[in-house]
Amino acid sequence: MATTTSPRPAAPPDAREAALGRGRPIGGFELWTWVFMRISGLLLLVLAVGHTLIMHLPAGGVDRINFGFVAVRWQSPFWRTWDWMLLMLALLHGINGLRTITLDYVRPPGWRFAITMAFYVIGFTLMVLGTVIVVTFDPTGWGPIG
Amino acid sequence: MVSAADVLDASDRERPTTDTIPLTVRVRRFNPEVSEDSWWDEWSVRCDPLERLVEVLHQIKWHHDGTLSFRRSCAHGICGSDAMLINGRNQLACKVLAQDVAPRVTIEPIRGLSVLKDLIVDMEPFMDGYRSILPYLINDSGEPEKERRQSPEDRHRYDDTTKCILCAACTTSCPVFWGDGAYVGPAAIVNAHRFIFDSRDEAGRERMKILSEKTGVFRCRTTFNCTDACPRGIEVTKAIQEVKRAILFERF
Repeated sequence: MATTTSPRPAAPPDAREAALGRGRPIGGFELWTWVFMRISGLLLLVLAVGHTLIMHLPAGGVDRINFGFVAVRWQSPFWRTWDWMLLMLALLHGINGLRTITLDYVRPPGWRFAITMAFYVIGFTLMVLGTVIVVTFDPTGWGPIG
Repeated sequence: MVSAADVLDASDRERPTTDTIPLTVRVRRFNPEVSEDSWWDEWSVRCDPLERLVEVLHQIKWHHDGTLSFRRSCAHGICGSDAMLINGRNQLACKVLAQDVAPRVTIEPIRGLSVLKDLIVDMEPFMDGYRSILPYLINDSGEPEKERRQSPEDRHRYDDTTKCILCAACTTSCPVFWGDGAYVGPAAIVNAHRFIFDSRDEAGRERMKILSEKTGVFRCRTTFNCTDACPRGIEVTKAIQEVKRAILFERF
Protein backbone atom coordinates (compact mmCIF):
# COMPACT_ATOMS: atom_id res chain seq x y z
CA MET A 1 0.00 0.00 0.00
CA ALA A 2 2.85 2.32 0.86
CA THR A 3 4.26 2.25 -2.65
CA THR A 4 0.98 2.62 -4.54
CA THR A 5 -0.67 5.93 -5.12
CA SER A 6 -4.39 6.06 -4.71
CA PRO A 7 -6.02 6.82 -8.08
CA ARG A 8 -8.81 8.75 -6.38
CA PRO A 9 -7.54 10.60 -3.34
CA ALA A 10 -10.35 10.99 -0.85
CA ALA A 11 -11.64 14.53 -0.44
CA PRO A 12 -10.51 16.23 2.77
CA PRO A 13 -12.74 14.84 5.52
CA ASP A 14 -13.59 18.32 6.79
CA ALA A 15 -14.94 19.41 3.42
CA ARG A 16 -17.04 16.29 3.10
CA GLU A 17 -18.41 16.66 6.59
CA ALA A 18 -19.37 20.23 5.90
CA ALA A 19 -21.00 19.29 2.61
CA LEU A 20 -22.93 16.36 3.97
CA GLY A 21 -23.70 17.85 7.36
CA ARG A 22 -22.19 14.95 9.24
CA GLY A 23 -22.61 15.26 12.99
CA ARG A 24 -25.68 17.45 12.72
CA PRO A 25 -28.71 15.85 14.32
CA ILE A 26 -31.06 14.05 11.98
CA GLY A 27 -34.80 14.11 12.30
CA GLY A 28 -36.68 17.33 12.90
CA PHE A 29 -40.21 18.63 12.56
CA GLU A 30 -41.42 15.87 10.24
CA LEU A 31 -40.05 13.15 12.52
CA TRP A 32 -41.60 14.74 15.60
CA THR A 33 -45.02 15.23 14.02
CA TRP A 34 -44.89 11.63 12.79
CA VAL A 35 -44.14 10.38 16.30
CA PHE A 36 -46.79 12.71 17.75
CA MET A 37 -49.45 11.36 15.38
CA ARG A 38 -48.80 7.82 16.59
CA ILE A 39 -48.73 8.61 20.31
CA SER A 40 -51.70 10.99 20.17
CA GLY A 41 -53.60 8.43 18.12
CA LEU A 42 -53.17 5.84 20.86
CA LEU A 43 -54.08 8.32 23.60
CA LEU A 44 -57.11 9.54 21.65
CA LEU A 45 -58.30 5.97 21.33
CA VAL A 46 -58.48 5.75 25.12
CA LEU A 47 -59.69 9.33 25.69
CA ALA A 48 -62.32 9.44 22.94
CA VAL A 49 -63.67 5.93 23.42
CA GLY A 50 -63.69 6.49 27.19
CA HIS A 51 -65.49 9.80 26.69
CA THR A 52 -68.12 8.13 24.50
CA LEU A 53 -68.64 5.26 26.96
CA ILE A 54 -69.03 7.60 29.92
CA MET A 55 -71.04 10.41 28.36
CA HIS A 56 -73.25 8.72 25.80
CA LEU A 57 -73.88 5.11 26.73
CA PRO A 58 -75.11 4.95 30.37
CA ALA A 59 -78.85 5.14 31.01
CA GLY A 60 -80.22 8.46 29.86
CA GLY A 61 -77.48 8.90 27.25
CA VAL A 62 -76.90 12.42 26.00
CA ASP A 63 -80.34 13.49 27.29
CA ARG A 64 -79.10 13.65 30.87
CA ILE A 65 -76.23 15.96 29.93
CA ASN A 66 -77.01 19.54 30.94
CA PHE A 67 -75.33 22.41 32.70
CA GLY A 68 -75.72 20.75 36.10
CA PHE A 69 -74.20 17.51 34.85
CA VAL A 70 -71.14 19.30 33.54
CA ALA A 71 -70.88 21.47 36.65
CA VAL A 72 -70.82 18.39 38.88
CA ARG A 73 -68.45 16.50 36.61
CA TRP A 74 -66.03 19.38 36.32
CA GLN A 75 -65.66 19.75 40.07
CA SER A 76 -63.12 16.97 39.68
CA PRO A 77 -59.74 18.07 38.31
CA PHE A 78 -59.46 14.59 36.80
CA TRP A 79 -62.33 15.14 34.38
CA ARG A 80 -61.21 18.65 33.57
CA THR A 81 -57.77 17.25 32.69
CA TRP A 82 -59.35 14.40 30.68
CA ASP A 83 -61.52 16.75 28.68
CA TRP A 84 -58.71 19.24 28.16
CA MET A 85 -56.33 16.55 26.92
CA LEU A 86 -59.03 15.17 24.64
CA LEU A 87 -59.55 18.63 23.15
CA MET A 88 -55.85 19.44 22.77
CA LEU A 89 -54.84 16.11 21.26
CA ALA A 90 -57.86 15.95 18.94
CA LEU A 91 -57.12 19.47 17.67
CA LEU A 92 -53.37 18.92 17.23
CA HIS A 93 -53.90 15.50 15.66
CA GLY A 94 -56.62 16.80 13.34
CA ILE A 95 -54.79 19.97 12.34
CA ASN A 96 -51.61 18.03 11.60
CA GLY A 97 -53.62 15.61 9.49
CA LEU A 98 -55.02 18.55 7.52
CA ARG A 99 -51.49 19.96 7.18
CA THR A 100 -50.33 16.65 5.70
CA ILE A 101 -53.24 16.54 3.26
CA THR A 102 -52.45 20.13 2.26
CA LEU A 103 -48.82 19.17 1.63
CA ASP A 104 -49.99 16.27 -0.53
CA TYR A 105 -52.57 18.03 -2.66
CA VAL A 106 -51.95 21.79 -2.66
CA ARG A 107 -49.03 22.50 -4.96
CA PRO A 108 -48.77 26.30 -5.39
CA PRO A 109 -46.49 27.45 -2.55
CA GLY A 110 -48.62 30.53 -1.83
CA TRP A 111 -51.84 28.58 -1.45
CA ARG A 112 -50.07 25.91 0.52
CA PHE A 113 -48.76 28.51 2.98
CA ALA A 114 -52.10 30.33 3.23
CA ILE A 115 -54.16 27.19 3.82
CA THR A 116 -51.70 25.77 6.35
CA MET A 117 -51.67 29.09 8.21
CA ALA A 118 -55.48 29.19 8.22
CA PHE A 119 -55.51 25.75 9.85
CA TYR A 120 -52.91 26.84 12.40
CA VAL A 121 -54.90 29.96 13.30
CA ILE A 122 -58.16 28.04 13.64
CA GLY A 123 -56.49 25.34 15.71
CA PHE A 124 -54.68 27.79 17.94
CA THR A 125 -57.86 29.83 18.52
CA LEU A 126 -59.86 26.75 19.46
CA MET A 127 -57.09 25.54 21.77
CA VAL A 128 -56.90 28.88 23.58
CA LEU A 129 -60.69 29.12 23.82
CA GLY A 130 -60.98 25.58 25.18
CA THR A 131 -58.18 26.07 27.66
CA VAL A 132 -59.73 29.29 28.96
CA ILE A 133 -63.07 27.54 29.49
CA VAL A 134 -61.53 24.50 31.17
CA VAL A 135 -59.41 26.62 33.50
CA THR A 136 -61.88 29.36 34.39
CA PHE A 137 -65.19 27.45 34.40
CA ASP A 138 -66.94 28.20 37.70
CA PRO A 139 -70.56 27.06 37.98
CA THR A 140 -71.22 29.20 41.06
CA GLY A 141 -70.85 32.36 39.04
CA TRP A 142 -73.79 31.35 36.83
CA GLY A 143 -76.46 31.34 39.52
CA PRO A 144 -79.05 28.62 39.85
CA ILE A 145 -79.37 27.16 36.36
CA GLY A 146 -80.36 23.57 35.59
CA MET B 1 -22.36 -34.39 -40.06
CA VAL B 2 -25.15 -32.67 -38.21
CA SER B 3 -24.88 -28.92 -38.14
CA ALA B 4 -26.08 -26.70 -35.35
CA ALA B 5 -28.79 -25.38 -37.66
CA ASP B 6 -30.13 -28.90 -38.21
CA VAL B 7 -30.33 -29.47 -34.47
CA LEU B 8 -32.17 -26.20 -33.99
CA ASP B 9 -34.56 -26.98 -36.85
CA ALA B 10 -35.25 -30.42 -35.39
CA SER B 11 -35.97 -28.95 -31.95
CA ASP B 12 -38.26 -26.42 -33.59
CA ARG B 13 -40.26 -29.19 -35.21
CA GLU B 14 -40.49 -31.05 -31.94
CA ARG B 15 -41.80 -28.06 -30.09
CA PRO B 16 -45.51 -28.52 -29.44
CA THR B 17 -47.50 -26.07 -31.48
CA THR B 18 -49.91 -23.99 -29.49
CA ASP B 19 -52.97 -22.42 -30.97
CA THR B 20 -52.97 -18.67 -31.09
CA ILE B 21 -55.55 -16.78 -29.09
CA PRO B 22 -57.35 -13.53 -29.87
CA LEU B 23 -56.35 -10.52 -27.81
CA THR B 24 -57.82 -7.03 -27.93
CA VAL B 25 -55.27 -4.45 -26.87
CA ARG B 26 -56.54 -1.05 -25.80
CA VAL B 27 -53.84 1.59 -25.44
CA ARG B 28 -54.07 5.14 -24.17
CA ARG B 29 -52.30 7.19 -26.83
CA PHE B 30 -50.81 10.66 -26.58
CA ASN B 31 -48.90 12.70 -29.10
CA PRO B 32 -48.51 16.44 -28.46
CA GLU B 33 -47.89 16.97 -32.22
CA VAL B 34 -51.30 15.51 -33.03
CA SER B 35 -53.55 16.50 -30.15
CA GLU B 36 -53.38 18.07 -26.72
CA ASP B 37 -55.66 15.34 -25.42
CA SER B 38 -54.99 11.67 -25.08
CA TRP B 39 -57.12 9.16 -26.95
CA TRP B 40 -57.73 5.41 -26.98
CA ASP B 41 -56.69 3.06 -29.76
CA GLU B 42 -57.70 -0.54 -29.99
CA TRP B 43 -56.18 -3.42 -31.94
CA SER B 44 -57.37 -6.99 -32.21
CA VAL B 45 -54.48 -9.38 -32.76
CA ARG B 46 -53.82 -13.08 -32.53
CA CYS B 47 -50.88 -14.23 -30.48
CA ASP B 48 -49.33 -17.20 -28.75
CA PRO B 49 -50.86 -17.50 -25.26
CA LEU B 50 -47.33 -17.67 -23.81
CA GLU B 51 -46.29 -14.49 -25.62
CA ARG B 52 -45.40 -11.61 -23.37
CA LEU B 53 -47.25 -8.33 -23.63
CA VAL B 54 -44.14 -6.48 -24.80
CA GLU B 55 -44.03 -8.81 -27.84
CA VAL B 56 -47.70 -8.15 -28.51
CA LEU B 57 -46.90 -4.42 -28.47
CA HIS B 58 -44.03 -5.12 -30.89
CA GLN B 59 -46.43 -6.97 -33.15
CA ILE B 60 -48.74 -3.94 -33.14
CA LYS B 61 -45.91 -1.48 -33.70
CA TRP B 62 -44.27 -3.50 -36.47
CA HIS B 63 -47.36 -4.69 -38.34
CA HIS B 64 -50.30 -2.43 -37.45
CA ASP B 65 -49.28 1.06 -36.30
CA GLY B 66 -45.66 2.18 -36.44
CA THR B 67 -46.43 5.34 -34.49
CA LEU B 68 -47.10 3.45 -31.24
CA SER B 69 -44.29 4.37 -28.85
CA PHE B 70 -43.10 2.60 -25.74
CA ARG B 71 -39.81 1.98 -23.96
CA ARG B 72 -38.22 -1.44 -23.81
CA SER B 73 -34.68 -2.63 -23.79
CA CYS B 74 -33.80 -6.05 -22.44
CA ALA B 75 -37.40 -7.32 -22.54
CA HIS B 76 -36.58 -9.79 -19.77
CA GLY B 77 -37.55 -7.95 -16.58
CA ILE B 78 -34.08 -6.65 -15.75
CA CYS B 79 -33.62 -3.24 -17.38
CA GLY B 80 -36.81 -1.74 -15.96
CA SER B 81 -37.78 0.16 -19.12
CA ASP B 82 -41.29 -1.11 -19.81
CA ALA B 83 -43.27 -0.41 -16.64
CA MET B 84 -46.85 0.33 -17.69
CA LEU B 85 -50.28 0.55 -16.13
CA ILE B 86 -51.65 -2.79 -17.34
CA ASN B 87 -55.30 -3.45 -16.47
CA GLY B 88 -55.03 -0.87 -13.71
CA ARG B 89 -51.87 -2.30 -12.13
CA ASN B 90 -48.28 -1.16 -12.61
CA GLN B 91 -46.43 -4.06 -14.20
CA LEU B 92 -43.59 -4.74 -16.62
CA ALA B 93 -44.97 -5.49 -20.08
CA CYS B 94 -42.21 -8.10 -20.47
CA LYS B 95 -43.41 -10.06 -17.43
CA VAL B 96 -47.11 -10.30 -18.31
CA LEU B 97 -48.26 -13.21 -20.48
CA ALA B 98 -50.97 -12.79 -23.11
CA GLN B 99 -52.94 -15.72 -21.66
CA ASP B 100 -53.17 -13.98 -18.30
CA VAL B 101 -54.86 -10.88 -19.73
CA ALA B 102 -56.76 -12.33 -22.72
CA PRO B 103 -59.20 -11.65 -24.25
CA ARG B 104 -58.79 -7.96 -23.54
CA VAL B 105 -56.09 -5.78 -22.01
CA THR B 106 -55.93 -2.05 -21.28
CA ILE B 107 -52.54 -0.36 -21.24
CA GLU B 108 -51.82 3.16 -20.00
CA PRO B 109 -48.63 5.05 -19.16
CA ILE B 110 -47.52 4.93 -15.51
CA ARG B 111 -49.08 7.75 -13.48
CA GLY B 112 -47.65 10.78 -11.74
CA LEU B 113 -45.03 11.59 -14.39
CA SER B 114 -45.62 13.72 -17.50
CA VAL B 115 -46.40 11.72 -20.62
CA LEU B 116 -44.06 12.55 -23.49
CA LYS B 117 -45.64 10.25 -26.08
CA ASP B 118 -47.98 7.25 -25.79
CA LEU B 119 -46.52 5.03 -23.06
CA ILE B 120 -43.31 7.02 -22.65
CA VAL B 121 -43.15 9.28 -19.59
CA ASP B 122 -40.60 11.84 -18.44
CA MET B 123 -38.48 9.91 -15.90
CA GLU B 124 -36.42 12.94 -14.81
CA PRO B 125 -38.46 13.82 -11.67
CA PHE B 126 -38.19 10.17 -10.65
CA MET B 127 -34.42 10.19 -11.22
CA ASP B 128 -34.13 13.49 -9.31
CA GLY B 129 -35.59 11.75 -6.27
CA TYR B 130 -33.21 8.83 -6.79
CA ARG B 131 -30.17 11.11 -7.08
CA SER B 132 -31.13 13.11 -4.00
CA ILE B 133 -30.46 10.20 -1.62
CA LEU B 134 -26.79 9.76 -2.71
CA PRO B 135 -27.22 6.32 -4.34
CA TYR B 136 -23.55 5.29 -4.25
CA LEU B 137 -21.12 3.91 -1.69
CA ILE B 138 -19.58 6.60 0.49
CA ASN B 139 -16.60 5.57 2.59
CA ASP B 140 -13.90 8.02 3.62
CA SER B 141 -11.94 5.64 5.82
CA GLY B 142 -9.27 5.30 3.16
CA GLU B 143 -9.12 2.85 0.32
CA PRO B 144 -8.54 -0.76 1.30
CA GLU B 145 -5.72 -2.83 -0.17
CA LYS B 146 -8.18 -5.22 -1.83
CA GLU B 147 -11.96 -5.29 -1.82
CA ARG B 148 -14.11 -4.07 1.08
CA ARG B 149 -14.99 -7.22 3.01
CA GLN B 150 -18.43 -7.90 4.41
CA SER B 151 -19.89 -10.82 6.34
CA PRO B 152 -22.77 -12.79 4.78
CA GLU B 153 -25.01 -11.57 7.61
CA ASP B 154 -24.13 -7.92 6.88
CA ARG B 155 -24.74 -8.51 3.19
CA HIS B 156 -28.07 -10.15 3.92
CA ARG B 157 -29.26 -7.10 5.88
CA TYR B 158 -29.97 -5.09 2.72
CA ASP B 159 -30.24 -7.92 0.20
CA ASP B 160 -33.90 -7.25 -0.63
CA THR B 161 -33.31 -3.64 -1.66
CA THR B 162 -30.39 -4.48 -3.99
CA LYS B 163 -32.94 -5.96 -6.38
CA CYS B 164 -34.36 -2.60 -7.51
CA ILE B 165 -34.23 -1.98 -11.28
CA LEU B 166 -35.53 1.62 -11.14
CA CYS B 167 -38.55 0.87 -13.30
CA ALA B 168 -40.65 3.39 -11.31
CA ALA B 169 -43.57 0.96 -10.93
CA CYS B 170 -43.61 1.56 -7.15
CA THR B 171 -43.18 5.34 -7.16
CA THR B 172 -45.85 5.84 -9.83
CA SER B 173 -48.32 3.66 -7.89
CA CYS B 174 -47.92 5.81 -4.77
CA PRO B 175 -50.85 8.18 -4.05
CA VAL B 176 -48.58 10.54 -2.11
CA PHE B 177 -46.30 10.82 -5.16
CA TRP B 178 -49.32 11.42 -7.43
CA GLY B 179 -50.40 14.25 -5.15
CA ASP B 180 -46.99 15.83 -4.65
CA GLY B 181 -44.17 14.97 -7.05
CA ALA B 182 -41.69 16.54 -4.63
CA TYR B 183 -41.97 13.43 -2.43
CA VAL B 184 -38.85 11.35 -3.12
CA GLY B 185 -41.01 8.24 -3.54
CA PRO B 186 -40.62 4.56 -2.67
CA ALA B 187 -37.87 3.76 -5.21
CA ALA B 188 -35.55 6.45 -3.84
CA ILE B 189 -36.14 5.22 -0.28
CA VAL B 190 -35.48 1.61 -1.33
CA ASN B 191 -32.15 2.69 -2.79
CA ALA B 192 -31.34 4.75 0.30
CA HIS B 193 -32.13 1.64 2.38
CA ARG B 194 -29.67 -0.33 0.26
CA PHE B 195 -26.83 1.95 1.43
CA ILE B 196 -28.05 2.94 4.91
CA PHE B 197 -27.94 -0.72 5.98
CA ASP B 198 -24.71 -1.53 4.11
CA SER B 199 -21.98 -2.05 6.75
CA ARG B 200 -19.33 -0.69 4.36
CA ASP B 201 -21.09 2.62 3.84
CA GLU B 202 -20.51 5.59 6.13
CA ALA B 203 -23.10 8.11 4.94
CA GLY B 204 -26.21 6.51 6.44
CA ARG B 205 -26.82 9.53 8.67
CA GLU B 206 -26.64 11.95 5.71
CA ARG B 207 -29.21 9.90 3.83
CA MET B 208 -31.42 9.70 6.92
CA LYS B 209 -31.15 13.46 7.28
CA ILE B 210 -32.22 13.94 3.65
CA LEU B 211 -35.09 11.48 4.16
CA SER B 212 -36.35 13.20 7.31
CA GLU B 213 -37.06 16.37 5.33
CA LYS B 214 -40.58 17.36 4.34
CA THR B 215 -40.21 15.40 1.07
CA GLY B 216 -38.89 12.25 2.78
CA VAL B 217 -40.02 9.02 4.42
CA PHE B 218 -42.50 10.58 6.82
CA ARG B 219 -44.80 11.38 3.90
CA CYS B 220 -45.32 7.62 3.46
CA ARG B 221 -48.90 6.65 4.32
CA THR B 222 -48.21 2.86 4.20
CA THR B 223 -50.79 2.14 1.51
CA PHE B 224 -48.65 -0.80 0.30
CA ASN B 225 -49.31 0.10 -3.37
CA CYS B 226 -45.53 0.07 -3.89
CA THR B 227 -45.10 -3.44 -2.50
CA ASP B 228 -47.94 -4.67 -4.71
CA ALA B 229 -46.46 -3.00 -7.78
CA CYS B 230 -42.81 -4.07 -7.47
CA PRO B 231 -41.99 -6.51 -10.32
CA ARG B 232 -38.95 -7.72 -8.39
CA GLY B 233 -40.96 -8.63 -5.31
CA ILE B 234 -39.11 -6.18 -3.08
CA GLU B 235 -40.93 -5.55 0.21
CA VAL B 236 -40.92 -1.83 -0.46
CA THR B 237 -43.17 -0.69 2.36
CA LYS B 238 -41.16 -2.76 4.83
CA ALA B 239 -37.95 -1.09 3.63
CA ILE B 240 -39.54 2.35 4.07
CA GLN B 241 -40.67 1.45 7.59
CA GLU B 242 -37.16 0.23 8.42
CA VAL B 243 -35.73 3.58 7.34
CA LYS B 244 -38.34 5.40 9.48
CA ARG B 245 -37.43 3.22 12.44
CA ALA B 246 -33.71 3.84 11.89
CA ILE B 247 -34.30 7.60 11.89
CA LEU B 248 -36.51 7.32 14.99
CA PHE B 249 -34.03 5.33 17.06
CA GLU B 250 -31.06 7.31 15.82
CA ARG B 251 -32.83 10.31 17.31
CA PHE B 252 -34.00 8.86 20.61
